[in-house]
Amino acid sequence: MSRDSASRRLPVIITLIVGLMLTIMPLPDAIEAFRPDWLALLMIFWAMQLPRTWSVGSAWIVGIVLDVSYGTLLGQHALALCVITFATVRFHLLMRVFPLSQLSATVFALLALYQFILFWVNGVAAVSAPSVAYWGPVITGTLIWPFFYMFMSGVRYRSRSGD
Amino acid sequence: MATSRGHNTNPARIPALGLRALVLILVSIVLMYLDHRQNHLDGIRKGIGAAVYPLQVVVDAPVRFWGWLGDSTTSRNQLELELGRLQAERLLTNARLQRLTALEAENARLRALLDARESVRDEVRVAEIMAVDANPYEHNLVIDVGSRDGVYDGQAIVDADGVVGQVIRTGVMTAQAVLISDADHALPVEVNRNGLRTIAVGTGEIDRLDLPFLPNNADIRAGDLLVTSGLGGAFPAGYPVAVVDSVTRIPSEPFADVTATPSAALGQVREVMLIWSAPPVTEAENATESATETEEPDE
Repeated sequence: MSRDSASRRLPVIITLIVGLMLTIMPLPDAIEAFRPDWLALLMIFWAMQLPRTWSVGSAWIVGIVLDVSYGTLLGQHALALCVITFATVRFHLLMRVFPLSQLSATVFALLALYQFILFWVNGVAAVSAPSVAYWGPVITGTLIWPFFYMFMSGVRYRSRSGD
Repeated sequence: MATSRGHNTNPARIPALGLRALVLILVSIVLMYLDHRQNHLDGIRKGIGAAVYPLQVVVDAPVRFWGWLGDSTTSRNQLELELGRLQAERLLTNARLQRLTALEAENARLRALLDARESVRDEVRVAEIMAVDANPYEHNLVIDVGSRDGVYDGQAIVDADGVVGQVIRTGVMTAQAVLISDADHALPVEVNRNGLRTIAVGTGEIDRLDLPFLPNNADIRAGDLLVTSGLGGAFPAGYPVAVVDSVTRIPSEPFADVTATPSAALGQVREVMLIWSAPPVTEAENATESATETEEPDE
């Protein structure tokens, strides 16, 4: 069915590595809480475009790597990423035909779900955090989604015409 | 939607998606439980952490390069000025050190007279902070030394002005440390002026600590220096922690409202020192120390 060649996976892996670098890059304290969840955005995009290759399993591995580099509870981000990727793959055909505005609303819902799971796990594990750490990334993530989507579509188009 | 669900021939159907997701979710929950309850997963953490290390180095590189560029383009004039300043500073420090040697000898003699255990000089090592952001839920930093260099969980970190924090997660080549200003951090301190013991709790604000367990009649005032008391075992005694900046006594409340400003520049440090405190404490001493730590200050 799908051609799982290395040349096809490579662009996705590169974007994920860049995403991880953006995630651990230092930012001034004032805007740090508004850093978008780059890896969540990337997983939503790739699960929407290539749901056979980039599905819940990949999301889980990305989440574990994120947990280790953050030092959060092992499995916390893995769980959250896994859940939103599941929803994305489940509705990927619908999301592909959505106009951009409607797609942004869907992304908002997915990011909110992502942060809610993180919040919920933090609550159970008794980790206290300011509330801006949760809603900040959702807002910025939704606002940059249209640009992110256009940019990533370009990346995908180029990488496909390359091989 | 292209076609309806339920047909295996449907090209849009991803095989066993729900099942895979369910299994992974359960695995995540088990992992989180194990990680929260015990430390069985340190090996996995260290393995993946070592794999992420190159990325941290790459992220850190531009900042390091910028610093190097700044260093190598300083003018000769500036360097000479800096050199003069440093030489003067060194002279002063050396003069103070001379007295310190004599004082240390005297201290050892007195301790021997009192039969107290000798306080051995702490071993230190300079570590650089990597320009890498970690956990969004706590005040922390990543340093460029790890278990390879003998760093261990719970190790104290100071800078030139005072206590910075302690190591909480040791990787192979890096370690994560929590700052004393983190809302979940508390450390045993004493007032340098009179030895009044209490606990300094982080507030989540980088420039403020709270001292919530001081009664209204406690002898403490603005300007008092707080130093580590050495109780609790994580921090060696005698390092400056913070300076009290306000004491508000509310007669109707059992405890005074005391806030302090950390001595270390928590938001700006670039280099820190790790402390290996030498004296191994015996079991009995340990027990009494941890018992007194939880007590109210006895003034």
